[in-house]
Amino acid sequence: MKEVPMSTCEREFILKAIRDRKRIDGRQTYDYRRLKVSFGMERGCCIVDLGDTKVLAQVSGKIEEPKKNRPTEGSIIINLELSPMASPAFEPGRPTESGIEMNRILERNIRDSRAVDTESLCIVAGEKVWSIRADVHVLNDEGNIMDAASIAAITALSHFRRPDVSVMGEEVTVHSPEDRDPVPLSVHHMPVCVTFAFFDQGEFLLVDPNRSEERVMDGRMVVGMNMHREICTLMMSGGMLLVKEQVLRCSQIATVKVAEIIELIQRALDKDAQARQAGEKCGFAESVPTNKITTNRKEATAIDTTAAAQQASQVIQEAGPVDKPMSNMLVQAPGTVQIGEGLVNTWDVDDEDMESEEKEGREKSVTNGREAVATSKPTERKRPVKAGEGTVSHAEGSDSEEEETVMLFQGDDETKSTEEPDSTALMQPSNSDKPAKKKGKKKKAAQK
Amino acid sequence: MADSVGKVVIPGDILSEFRASEKTSKVALGPGLRQEGEEVLVTKGGILRHKEPNLYWIDCHQRRYIPAKGEDVIGIVTVKSGDVYRVDIGATQPATLSYLAFEGATKRNRPNVKVGDLVFAKLLVANKDMEPELVCIDSGGHSSGYGVIPADGGFMVHTSLNLVRKILSPNCDILKFLGKNVPFETAVGMNGRIWVKAKTPKDTIVVANAIASSEHMTNAQIRTMIRQLLDKLSGF
Repeated sequence: MKEVPMSTCEREFILKAIRDRKRIDGRQTYDYRRLKVSFGMERGCCIVDLGDTKVLAQVSGKIEEPKKNRPTEGSIIINLELSPMASPAFEPGRPTESGIEMNRILERNIRDSRAVDTESLCIVAGEKVWSIRADVHVLNDEGNIMDAASIAAITALSHFRRPDVSVMGEEVTVHSPEDRDPVPLSVHHMPVCVTFAFFDQGEFLLVDPNRSEERVMDGRMVVGMNMHREICTLMMSGGMLLVKEQVLRCSQIATVKVAEIIELIQRALDKDAQARQAGEKCGFAESVPTNKITTNRKEATAIDTTAAAQQASQVIQEAGPVDKPMSNMLVQAPGTVQIGEGLVNTWDVDDEDMESEEKEGREKSVTNGREAVATSKPTERKRPVKAGEGTVSHAEGSDSEEEETVMLFQGDDETKSTEEPDSTALMQPSNSDKPAKKKGKKKKAAQK
Repeated sequence: MADSVGKVVIPGDILSEFRASEKTSKVALGPGLRQEGEEVLVTKGGILRHKEPNLYWIDCHQRRYIPAKGEDVIGIVTVKSGDVYRVDIGATQPATLSYLAFEGATKRNRPNVKVGDLVFAKLLVANKDMEPELVCIDSGGHSSGYGVIPADGGFMVHTSLNLVRKILSPNCDILKFLGKNVPFETAVGMNGRIWVKAKTPKDTIVVANAIASSEHMTNAQIRTMIRQLLDKLSGF
């Protein structure tokens, strides 16, 4: 099917905006769209979201006979699929010219730059080698497939684990994952593509063009580069001439962008590895809530607080000054306040025991406090309550979540724990940030 | 299924027990509903809507335009052939627009329309078996707002059909609220195309993005979003 034609109105406007150093999606000239790397349940499956562009890469491996001229090297095949699902402009069946071009850039960038060691894929020289295949499927085309595909391919290759193989004489055994842990491919470096779009015969350039920018650009340049600032691919297309300085400038921008992207990939890989090791849920299916059919995942949205703020200030004005404090507060030590007389100790522990232990030192009293929590309130056991948390929280006493812990220290021992100014002073810095964090969480929940 | 009004229905659902109206016993089925023998089937996934006295239809997220007679659309001129222009309106077929269907056009005096131009037009013929036909004049022969949209400084956004219906509904105050703060011109086509033009390209971008991102927002959220945009515009 033919794509929706682009009107002169849109074309002129986009060009005019670019000449004014503006982009229609509000980005700056060198900004990437939001990049997200997520992994599937299986090893070697990776989805890359670049704004609305979505690319999936799946790596698989099988054992084959090597090429005659390279008997000790395994093979790496990269295949880029442009299905009509991504864009109505893509026809099913034979790949188009641009499809072949992009596939070739991917191959040059990853295979020909020797990013993955092929000699380590050899099992028996001249007979059996691993053949690794990376299938890159474009799921949605909103511009700059090239960068998304190159990120997906190299991330999937580093995420992939092939089954371990052992050779005993003539016999080759492929071990199952239960038998022996699968081994990762040896990835020497991570080359990533950065696409530049040029307008007005190379006078203006943009990083990461989106679909509409791609349609009005004069030409583009793809720079494939790795962390060590080694250029692995350089491809220019479109009928325009570039000055030498422009090319050099692009390569300098590419070094910065590549460093950022690779850091992001590395972080995603580490996070996934940790999740897998801890036995937590992993894979992109986990990140999408499935219990509702009408909702998709939404970003946190801002809430209009102007009305609420007005109301709040009104309430404060109407309330007037407070006549006297709620109850008689007694300052025991700097930072701690005693409210009321306190109640009789209802715990199983004797008062005398407590007192004697209290004298022995701070650590003991802390552990005692924890035990007491466990014995008196079994429902609270789930929450790791530290004795110190109680002492501080009763000082502020406003957080409803802390109420139960406040109760614990309203007994006789409360005064004792507050009588040790050293211990409370020590406790405070570690605890002072905890309630703040909780409040933060609450706010997030409210936003949702 | 009077109960499921306002709820999500999916294709294949069978609806029954339509609310009886005082005036008539008939029920009118709108988009997304079809009668199969004795049953009424749902053919689109979305929210079932009802309007007094007896109209039922389904609100759904869709981008493919299905021409309906009398609707205003924005088209892109793709081909000039003989005495008609072929215009892309986002439907399965291109629409035709006669060069005589402009204000003041005669056989001698042809309108100045080029390939790639945007036209704001009304659907004269919309039939599932025929090519849709557009006109840029009303029945009195006056342009009344229709015609070629000038290409100087405006921008067009492609959105879903749902958003267009939402913007045009009197309950939605995005255009009113936005227009109070940033003056702009706009043309809204029922085929999911919205053309906007403000004083500067920057303002145009802001207006276009504000409209495009307001699909799943309530009026209060829209106001917040616009306020934030304006704060950014004025450099806070």
